[in-house]
Amino acid sequence: MATTSSMFMYALTIQPPSAITQAILGQFAGTKEQQIITASGSLLTIHRPDPQQGKVATILTHDVFGIIRSLAAFRLAGSNKDYVILGSDSGRITILEYVAASNKFNRLHLETFGKTGIRRVIPGQYLTVDPKGRACLIASVEKNKLVYVLNRNAQAELTISSPLEAHKPQTLVYAMTALDVGYENPVFAALEVDYTEVDQDPTGQAFEELEKHLVYYELDLGLNHVVRRWSEPVDRTASILFQVPGGTDGPSGVLVCGVDNITYRHSNQDPFRVAIPRRRGATENPERKRSIICGVMHKMRGAFFFLLQSEDGDLFKVTLDMVEDESGQMTGEVKRLKIKYFDTVPIATSLCILKSGFLFVATETGNHHFYQFEKLGDDDNETEFDSDSFPANSKEPYEPAYFHPRGAENVNLVDSIESMNPIMDCKIANLTEEDAPQIYTVSGTGARSTFRTLRHGLEVNDIVDSDLPSVPSAVWTTKLKREDEYDAYIVLSFSNGTLVLSIGETVEEVTDTGFISSAPTLAVQQLGEDALLQVHPRGIRHIQANGRVNEWPAPQHRTIVAASTNERQVAVALSSGEIVYFELDVDGSLAEYDERREMTGTVTCLSLGEVPEGRVRSQFLAVGCDDSTVRILSLDPDSTLENKSVQALTSAPSALSIMSMIDATSGGSTLYLHIGLYSGVYLRTVLDEVTGELSDTRTRFLGHKPAKLFRVSVMGQPAVLALSSRPWLGYADLQTKAFMLTPLSTVSLEWAWNFTSEQCPEGMVGIHGQSLRILSIDRLDNNLLQHSIPLAHTPRKMLRHPSEALYYIIESDNNVLPSDVRKKLQNGEGLSNGHSDSKAVVNGHKPELSREEFGYPKGDRYWASCIQIVDPIGEKTVIKQIDLENNEAATAIAAVSFASQDDETFLVLATGKDMIVSPRSWSSAYLYVYRFQDDGKDLEFIHKTEIEAPALGLLAFQGRLIVGVGNKLTIYDLGMRQLLRKCQAEAVPNLIVGLQTQGSRIVVSDVQDSVFYVVYKQNDNLLIPFCDDSIPRWTTCSAMVDYETAAGGDKFGNLWLVRCPSKASEEADEDGAAAHLTHERSYLQGAPNRLEQMCHYYAQDIPTSIQKTQLVAGGRDVLFWTGLQGTLGVLVPFVSREDVDFFQSLEQHLRTEDSPLAGRDHLIYRGYYVPVKGVIDGDLCERYMLLPNDKKQSIAGELDREVREIERKITDLRNRVAY
Amino acid sequence: MADKLRTQQQLEQLQARYVGTGHADTTKFEFVTNIHRDSLASYIGHPPLLSYMAIGLGEPREKVRAMLIEKMVQPAGKPPVGED
Repeated sequence: MATTSSMFMYALTIQPPSAITQAILGQFAGTKEQQIITASGSLLTIHRPDPQQGKVATILTHDVFGIIRSLAAFRLAGSNKDYVILGSDSGRITILEYVAASNKFNRLHLETFGKTGIRRVIPGQYLTVDPKGRACLIASVEKNKLVYVLNRNAQAELTISSPLEAHKPQTLVYAMTALDVGYENPVFAALEVDYTEVDQDPTGQAFEELEKHLVYYELDLGLNHVVRRWSEPVDRTASILFQVPGGTDGPSGVLVCGVDNITYRHSNQDPFRVAIPRRRGATENPERKRSIICGVMHKMRGAFFFLLQSEDGDLFKVTLDMVEDESGQMTGEVKRLKIKYFDTVPIATSLCILKSGFLFVATETGNHHFYQFEKLGDDDNETEFDSDSFPANSKEPYEPAYFHPRGAENVNLVDSIESMNPIMDCKIANLTEEDAPQIYTVSGTGARSTFRTLRHGLEVNDIVDSDLPSVPSAVWTTKLKREDEYDAYIVLSFSNGTLVLSIGETVEEVTDTGFISSAPTLAVQQLGEDALLQVHPRGIRHIQANGRVNEWPAPQHRTIVAASTNERQVAVALSSGEIVYFELDVDGSLAEYDERREMTGTVTCLSLGEVPEGRVRSQFLAVGCDDSTVRILSLDPDSTLENKSVQALTSAPSALSIMSMIDATSGGSTLYLHIGLYSGVYLRTVLDEVTGELSDTRTRFLGHKPAKLFRVSVMGQPAVLALSSRPWLGYADLQTKAFMLTPLSTVSLEWAWNFTSEQCPEGMVGIHGQSLRILSIDRLDNNLLQHSIPLAHTPRKMLRHPSEALYYIIESDNNVLPSDVRKKLQNGEGLSNGHSDSKAVVNGHKPELSREEFGYPKGDRYWASCIQIVDPIGEKTVIKQIDLENNEAATAIAAVSFASQDDETFLVLATGKDMIVSPRSWSSAYLYVYRFQDDGKDLEFIHKTEIEAPALGLLAFQGRLIVGVGNKLTIYDLGMRQLLRKCQAEAVPNLIVGLQTQGSRIVVSDVQDSVFYVVYKQNDNLLIPFCDDSIPRWTTCSAMVDYETAAGGDKFGNLWLVRCPSKASEEADEDGAAAHLTHERSYLQGAPNRLEQMCHYYAQDIPTSIQKTQLVAGGRDVLFWTGLQGTLGVLVPFVSREDVDFFQSLEQHLRTEDSPLAGRDHLIYRGYYVPVKGVIDGDLCERYMLLPNDKKQSIAGELDREVREIERKITDLRNRVAY
Repeated sequence: MADKLRTQQQLEQLQARYVGTGHADTTKFEFVTNIHRDSLASYIGHPPLLSYMAIGLGEPREKVRAMLIEKMVQPAGKPPVGED
C-alpha cells in the first residue's frame, strides 16, 4: 500500500514562514479600527496595529493548508465590516469574515471554478474588487477571467453569483485592478498582451511590433454580462496598475507603470506621463532606468495621493492636478500628473497606509517595518516633476528626472516585525554550553542581511538590578490593604534576619513595620482587610493596621519548617510533622483549628490555593512530604484536614502551588496543582475542584536544581514561574490557550515573587546571588528569541570553524557595485561603461547613505562578494571581512584538514568570475585556500587554483578535498603552489549542488536529479556512482541521516527521505569490488541501483538547509529544516507503531472535521507533487486544540480516548523534542 | 461515424477550455512553447519559487514576475517557417 512505510515522521513547524505574499488593510472586526491581514505561505494572519504604542500585534494566525496567492478586502454598501476574498491553489474562490468575538475566521462562501493547483489558466493569480464591493474579478496569468457579483439578500447576508466569464484566449495578463467608477457599472482594467500573431510569425516581426493594451472590462449589472469595453495600446514595458479614485473623489482611470514611466490613462482623458526620478550620486549610473514595483493609493477627505516605490526602495509621492473652470471649481478633467521623492523604505511586496497615520511595509526580505507619518511631504524642498515636461509617449526624447536620496523626513520607523525571510543557511550548535543548542541562521538579502542567533526563551525586561549587603534566601512583596493596587513592601529574608524595604519614589529600608527583623522569614501575606502576616521559624506575627501585633509562638522544641498563606488562611508545618491550620474569623483575628494533623514524614512544602472569587476559603491544602508524596487535604469546615487524595512522586517535592489557570480543554479556567521536585522535574496535574482528585499529570524536566514555584501575573493572566538551574514560565498560549512552558532569557534566580508598582504593573522581583532584580515580561507571543548581527551582502552559505565558536559566511550580491569600484567612483574616477555621472562628483565627500536603508548602487553584471567572520558569542559582531576582487563571487566554502599537511585544517573557498545566473555562464572559476590564523579570527591566503566551473559543492573527504565541478566529482590534495587533482569522475547528469559523506560513501546532490550515492575505492582511486533516484528532485539541500539514508529538500517545497537498498549498499562497500561495480550494467540509463523513497511531504516553503540534530536538552534526534520564507520545521521520527496509527486516524478525522479554510483538500495539498508518504502533519494535528469542545469530544469518541489524553499526546510529541 | 464526430467535438472542447491540450498534429514548437509557458506560469504562481528566483537574480520579485510574463510571450524562440 502506498501510504504505509516502515518509517514515519511527524512534521512540525517551529516557526511559521515570515515572508508576506500580500498584505491588505480593512475594518475586519466591524469596528472603526483597521486591521492588517497578511498571507504568508499557507498562513492567514490578522494583525492589530496599535496607534498609541506604535506596535503591531498578531491577533490570529490560521493555517489554511493551501497556497495563498492573492487577497482582497471588500465591503458591501452600507456595511461597516470588511470581508476577505482569498485566491488560492484550491481552484475555488473563498470569502471569509473575521469574527472578533470568537477570534476566528468564518467561511461565508466557497465557490469552485476550476482545477486545483497553480496553473496557467486557472484563475487565482489576480484578484481585484470593485471599490463599492459590488463585484470581484479573479483572473489567471493567461486567458481566464471570472467575475462574481457580490450582493446581499433579504436577511442582509452576503450572496455571490455564479461566475461570468470574460475569457480571452492567447492573452497574457500583466496586472489587473478595478476602476473606481462610483455607482456606475463596475469596470476592471487589465494590462494585456495578445500573442496569437507571435506564435504564427516566423520572421519575428510580430514579436517586435507586439503591443501591450490597457483593456477595460465592464460588468453590465442590468444584463448580468461582462463586455470588453475599451482597449488602448500602452507602453510596452508597463507591468503594474494602480486605481485612481473616481466618482466624487477624482477623475477615475488608472496609473500604468512601466520602466521609467508612470502614465495616467482613462478612456475619456488624455494620457499624462512622468518619468521615474533617478538617483543622483557618484556611484549611480545616470542612464539606469527604474521601474515601479509596488505602491499604494490613499484617499483622505477630498484628496488622494499615491506612494509608489521604485526598485531601489525609493517612495515617490504622485498626485494629480485637475483643470479648474472659471469659477475656480474643479472639473473632472485631469491637467497634470506630478511626482516627487518622498522617502526611502525597504523594498516592499505590499504597502498599507492606515487612517491613524501609519505606514505598514511588508518587505520582500528581512524585517517588516511599521512607520509613522510625520508629514506628507507637502512643504519640503524636494523638486517636483510634472507631466508638462514629459511627452505622453515614452518613445519620444525627454530629459530624465533626478533626485538626491536623503534620510527619512516624512516617515519615522516605530516598530519592526522580526522576519527571517529568506533563510539562506542554518547551523545548529551549542556554542554557549547551555542546556539546549542554539540555532544560527543567515538570512536576508543585500545590505539588510543578518546573522541571527535563535534560542528558545521569552524576552525579559530587566528593570532594576541592585546589590544587597548579603545573600538573601527569599523575597516577598506585599501590599498594605486589600484594596491597594500596588505593593508597598519588599521583604527580604536572610539567614539571620529580615529586611523590609518600602516601595515608593525610591526604595529604602523601613523599620517600623511590625515585622520581626532578627529572624529569617518563611512567609509574608497581606491578611484580611488591612492586616499583615509574617511567618518565621519561631512563630506567626499577625500585624494589625493599628500596629498591634498578635504573636502565635511555635510549640516548644519545635519550629515552623514550611508555611503557606492566602488572604484568609494560613497553614504551617512544624518540624515534628504536624500541620497547624488557621483561618481568619469575622472579627479579623486568626483562629487556630483545634486539631493538628500529623503527617507521616517531614513536610517539605505546603500550598493553599488562592481564595476563589466569592468564597471564604480555598478548599484544599496540598502537602508535600519527604517520602515523595503529595497529599491533598480538605479545608472544608465539615472535614477539615482530612485526606482527599495522594500522589506518589519520583522524588521529594520541593515546591507546590495550587493555581487556577486558563485551560484549552475546558475552555475556561481549571484548578491545577503544580509540583516541583528536588530532582528538578516539574509536574502539572489537574486538581478536581469538588473531589480533590488529581488527574492528567504532565511532566517536564527543568534543570538540575530543585524546582521552586511561584505564582506571578503576566499580561493579565496567572502564570507559574518555575525556578531551577534556569527560570521557566508556565502560561497559556495567547491564541491556542494551550499550556506553554518556556525558559526566560535571564540569569538563574534563586527565589522570585510577583511585583506590582506604578512603574511596573506586572513584574517580578527575584534574587540572583547577592543582587535583587526586578523584571517584567512584555511579550508571550514569541518564544524564540532572536539576536541579529548585520552582514554586508546576501549570505549564501555558512561554515563553522572546526573547533572555535566562529562562523565564516560567504556573501555575494549580483548586479551590485563592489566596494573597490564604489570607492573609485566616489573619488571621481569614471568607469568605462557609462558609470560617470560627472555632475554628481562635487568635491567627493558627501556622507555616504546608510546601505541598510538605501541599498547598494547597482551595476549590471557586477558582483560584490566577501567572506565575513562572525563571532556570535563573544563580540557578537563581524570581526573580519575579506572582499573578493575582479568581479569574482564566492559560491561554496569548506574547512578541510589535509592529511598531507599533518591534518592541518584549511579553509577552501570556491569562486566564479563574471558569473551570469541565467543562462548559467562564467569566464573562469577558482578554488582559494586559506590558512586559519589567530584561532580562526583571521585568514591567510595561500594560493588559488583555476577549475573549469564554479564549484557549488565542497567537502572534506578522507584528508583531502572533494569538489563538485559542473557534473564531475574531483578529489584534490594540497600542493605547494596549487591544489593537485588526484581523481575525477562524472557523477551526475547535470550539476552538482551539494555533497555529504560518511565513510567512503559520498552523497552527491544534483540540481535536478535528486541524489546519487557514490563510493570511493581507495585502492583503485576510483569514484563510482552506484545508486540513484527514480524521481527528479531539484535538490536544494541534503543531509545523511544514517549510512544508507539521505534526507533532503527540493525547489518545489518538498521534503523527502530516500534509502539505498541494503544489498546495493553492502555490495558497494565490498573489498576490491571496484571492477565489479564499474562493470555492473546500468539500469534504465542510470546507476545500477535505485534509491527507495521512505518519506515524502510537501512543506510549501523551499527547504534551504536540513540537518539531524537535537533541539532540547535530553530530547531525541530530529531532522531540522529551514525554509526560504523563514520557516523552521522539524521531522520527528515515531518510535512506536501504535502512535503512528493513533496520529494517522487523528489526522483523518481532522481532515474532515476541520477541513482547510481555503477549500484545498489537505491530503492533496501535502501530496502536491508526490503523494505524501510516511509523514503525519503535526500542524494539522495541533489544530485539534483549537476545535470547539463538541468536535473535540466527537473525535475523541471516535478514537476511543479522552479529550485530555489526545491533547496530552499532541503536546507531548512537541515538547519532547522541540519548543 | 457519429462516435468519431463526438470524440472530435469533445477534443475540440477540451482544447478550447484547457490551453495546451495537444492533438495529432502538434508540432515540436507548439509543444515546447506550451511547456515553457506552463512552467513560467507556475514560477509566477508559487510565491516561494518566485522569491527563490528573485534572490538568485538579485532583482525585486515584481520585476522578476514581469520578466517571466514577458518570457511567456515567446518562450521558445520564433516559430519555424511552416510548410502550409
